[in-house]
Amino acid sequence: MLTGDGLDGTPALAGPLRERAREFLASHDPAGTPRLEFLRARFDAGLAAVHYPPGLGGQGLPRALQSVVEAEFAAAGAPGNQPERIGIGLGMAAPTILAFGSDEQKARWLRPLWTGEEVWCQLFSEPGAGSDLAGLATRAVPAEGPGHAWSVTGQKVWTSMAHEARWGLLLARTDPDVPKHAGLTYFGLDMTGDGVEVRPLRQLTGEAEFNEVFLTGAVVPDADRIGGVGEGWRVAQGTLMNERVSIGGAALPREGGMIGSAARAWREHPELRTPGLHDRILRLWADAEVARLASDRLRQQLAAGQPGPEGSAAKIVFARLNQDISSFEVDLAGGDGLRYADWTMRRPGSVSFYGRDAGYRYLRSRGNSIEGGTSEILRNIIAERVLGLPAEPRTDTKVPWKDLPR
Amino acid sequence: MSTTTQQPAGRGIPDLLYSEAEEDLRSAVRSVLDGRGDWPAVLARTESSETYDTALWQVLAAEVGCAGLLIPDRYGGAGASYREAAVVAEETGRAVAPVPYLGSAVVATAAALRAQDTELLSGLAAGTVTAALAVPFASRPGAAGLPGGVRVGSPRPADPAGQARLTGQVSGVADALPASVLLVPADGVPAGLYAVDPSAPGVSLSPVVSLDQTRQLADLALDGVPGRPVASGPAAAGAVADGLTAGAAMLAAEQLGLAGRCLELTVGYLKERYQFARPVGSFQALKHRLADLWVAISQARAAARYAAACLAGGDSDAPVAVALAKAACGDTATLAAQECVQLHGGIGFTWEHPAQLYLKRAKSASIGFGTPDWHRAALASLAALPAAQPQ
Repeated sequence: MLTGDGLDGTPALAGPLRERAREFLASHDPAGTPRLEFLRARFDAGLAAVHYPPGLGGQGLPRALQSVVEAEFAAAGAPGNQPERIGIGLGMAAPTILAFGSDEQKARWLRPLWTGEEVWCQLFSEPGAGSDLAGLATRAVPAEGPGHAWSVTGQKVWTSMAHEARWGLLLARTDPDVPKHAGLTYFGLDMTGDGVEVRPLRQLTGEAEFNEVFLTGAVVPDADRIGGVGEGWRVAQGTLMNERVSIGGAALPREGGMIGSAARAWREHPELRTPGLHDRILRLWADAEVARLASDRLRQQLAAGQPGPEGSAAKIVFARLNQDISSFEVDLAGGDGLRYADWTMRRPGSVSFYGRDAGYRYLRSRGNSIEGGTSEILRNIIAERVLGLPAEPRTDTKVPWKDLPR
Repeated sequence: MSTTTQQPAGRGIPDLLYSEAEEDLRSAVRSVLDGRGDWPAVLARTESSETYDTALWQVLAAEVGCAGLLIPDRYGGAGASYREAAVVAEETGRAVAPVPYLGSAVVATAAALRAQDTELLSGLAAGTVTAALAVPFASRPGAAGLPGGVRVGSPRPADPAGQARLTGQVSGVADALPASVLLVPADGVPAGLYAVDPSAPGVSLSPVVSLDQTRQLADLALDGVPGRPVASGPAAAGAVADGLTAGAAMLAAEQLGLAGRCLELTVGYLKERYQFARPVGSFQALKHRLADLWVAISQARAAARYAAACLAGGDSDAPVAVALAKAACGDTATLAAQECVQLHGGIGFTWEHPAQLYLKRAKSASIGFGTPDWHRAALASLAALPAAQPQ
C-alpha cells in the first residue's frame, strides 16, 4: 500500500534518521561553516544520499527516506550541492560507480562527485555511433611504458559539461575482433589529462550546451577501468537506464511544465486568439495534464516498489508535448514569432527546456526526442521489452566489429 | 469493501494505482466474463432479438455483486466507491460485454443515490431491479436543468396522489431494453425525475439498429404513462447530472479496458502471423504503431484512475478529471480498435473476427456522454482558456 510520502514500511527508520540530521545540523552551523567544508562533513556523516552505502555518503537505507533528510536541511537553510550543475554525476556516474566500481573507485570518486568539487560528463555517443551505440569506434589499447594503463584515441560528441568536467564516463572499444557488444570496456577518464581536447559544439538554438571531445592517445590507468575488460556494454546499460529515468521524471504542479507559459500567453493575449488555436490549446492542455498525471502514477508505482516500464512512455510523451506546445506558442505569437532573442554563441551553465522565449523553446524542444535515446529507439524498447514483439532480423551482432560495414 | 483514496502529502494527487481488493474484484469479474462462451455465440447474439445477455448480467449483478457496488450498506449494497466501479467497467469494456452494467449500476444508480430513493436503491443492490436513466446516450454531463423530451400531464381521476402521467419521447437510450425500471426526467408541473414501469400500457420501447449492438439503444415513447416521483426540481436536475457525470467517468474506464484488450489481441496476432518468412510483429513500422498505442494507453490509464478517484473522494477537481478521462480514453479506445482492425489485415475486416465488435463499441462509446472534442471544449471554462472573440 502506498502512502503520501512514499515512506511506507520505513516509518521506524525515519525517526532516527531525522534525529541524526538534526544532530548534524546542531553541530555544523549551516550559516557559519564554509560551503565545501559543510558538504564534505554532510557526506562523511552519511547524510548525502541515504541509499548510498555506509562510509560512502549514505547509510544503506531505502531511497525514499532521502526526503526526510532533505526536509531537515532545507528547513535549516543549509547550502546545497547545486544538483543542476552535477546532474550527470548524480544521475549517471554515481549509480554506475556504486553498481560496478571497485572499493577504491568508490572511495576516490563519490565524495567529490556529490559535493560538486568534481563534475562528470558522459563520453558515449560518437559521430558514427548514435542510436547504434555499441558500434562505437573509439579505441582503447594497452599503453606503452611502465604501469598498467590504456591509451585512448577517438572522437566523442554531444557531451554536456565536458568543458567543466574533471571526469568522463568513457565507453571505448578494447577488442575489435569480437562482435561489437563484446568488445567494449568502461572507464573513468581524467578530462584534465594530456590528449583530451574539448571543443564547443554549437546547436541550432545558437548556443553550445554540448561539446565534441577529441581523444588522442589519452592515457587511462587500468585502476580507472569500471567493470571487467569486455563488460562495458553491460555497465553502460545501467548508466542509460538511469539517464532515461532522470529525463522527464520530475514532479510538477498543474501547468508546471511547458504548458504553463502557453496557457499564460493565451490568457494574456486575447487579441491573438483564433478558433483553430483555441482547439490546439485545449488539446495541448488536456494532453499535458494527462501526462502529468501519468508521471505521478509512475512515481507512485516506484514508491510502492512496482517499477514499471512507463518511464519510456513518459519520455516519448514529454518530448512530443514540448515540441507541440512550443510550436503552438510560436504560432500564437504571430509576427513576434518571426523574431529570435539572440543567436550569440554561448555556453550555458545548465540546460533549460522551459526558459527564455518561445522561439528558443521551439528550437530546443527538437532535441528532446533525440537526446537520451531517440523516440524511435524508445519505441523499439517498448515494442520488444514491454510488448514482447520479436526483434528485427539483424546482421551486426554475430560478426567481429572490424568486419562490419560502416 | 474498503476504498483507498489517500492523498499524497502536499501534492493533492490521489492514489492512481489499483489496490489489492480492486484486483481481486477484477479477477472475479473477468473469470465470469471469460466463461461465457466462444466468439461465434457472442457475435450471433448481436443479430438476435436478445442482444443483452440477461443471464450473464444476473450473475454479475447478484452473484459477483457488481450491481450494488456504489450503494451504501444500509440499502443492502457493497458500500464501495467509483474506484471499484471503474475496475468492473474496465472489464466489461475488455469483454465488450452485452450487459447493462453502465446504465443500471452506474448511471441510474448515481441518479437514485442523489435522490436517496430507498425503494429503487434496495432493488438495485439486490439485483432484482435493473434500471436505466431515460436520456439519450449522446447526452453530455454539465448541461443545466432537465432534458426536455417528456412532459408531465394532468393526473387521471382514479390516479393515486402524487402519481404523474408522462407523455413524450426520448431517443437513443442505452441499456433501457433490459431495464425493469426507467428513470424518466420530465418537464412541466411538477418537473422531476419519475420511475416508470416499462411494461405499463402506453410505453413503447423500440430497439434501434445500433452501430454498437453490444449496447443496443432504444427509442422510448410515453403516452400518458404513470410515473412515481423520485425527485423534483433542482434535486431531479442534480440526479440527472450525477448520472451523466458518473456515466462519463465510468465509460472512460470501460474505454480503457477495451483499448487494452485491442492492444493485447493485436500484439498476440502479430507474433503469430508470418509474412515474408518473418513474424509481422518484427517489422519496425508495425512495432512503432503498437508502442505508440501502449504509450497512449498508459496515459489514458492515469486519466481514468484520476477521474475515478476524484468521484470516489468527492474531489472538487472532478469536473476537470472527468473531462480529461473521457477525452483521453475515448480517443485512445477508438485508435486502439482501429489499429486492431488495420494490423489484423484482411481477417480484421471480416464479420467473424471480434475486432469489429471492439471498433463499433469504441466509436459508439466515444460519442456516449460527450465526445472527446466536447470534453476538451468543456476545459475552456474549467481551465480558464477562453475561446477567441468573434472578429
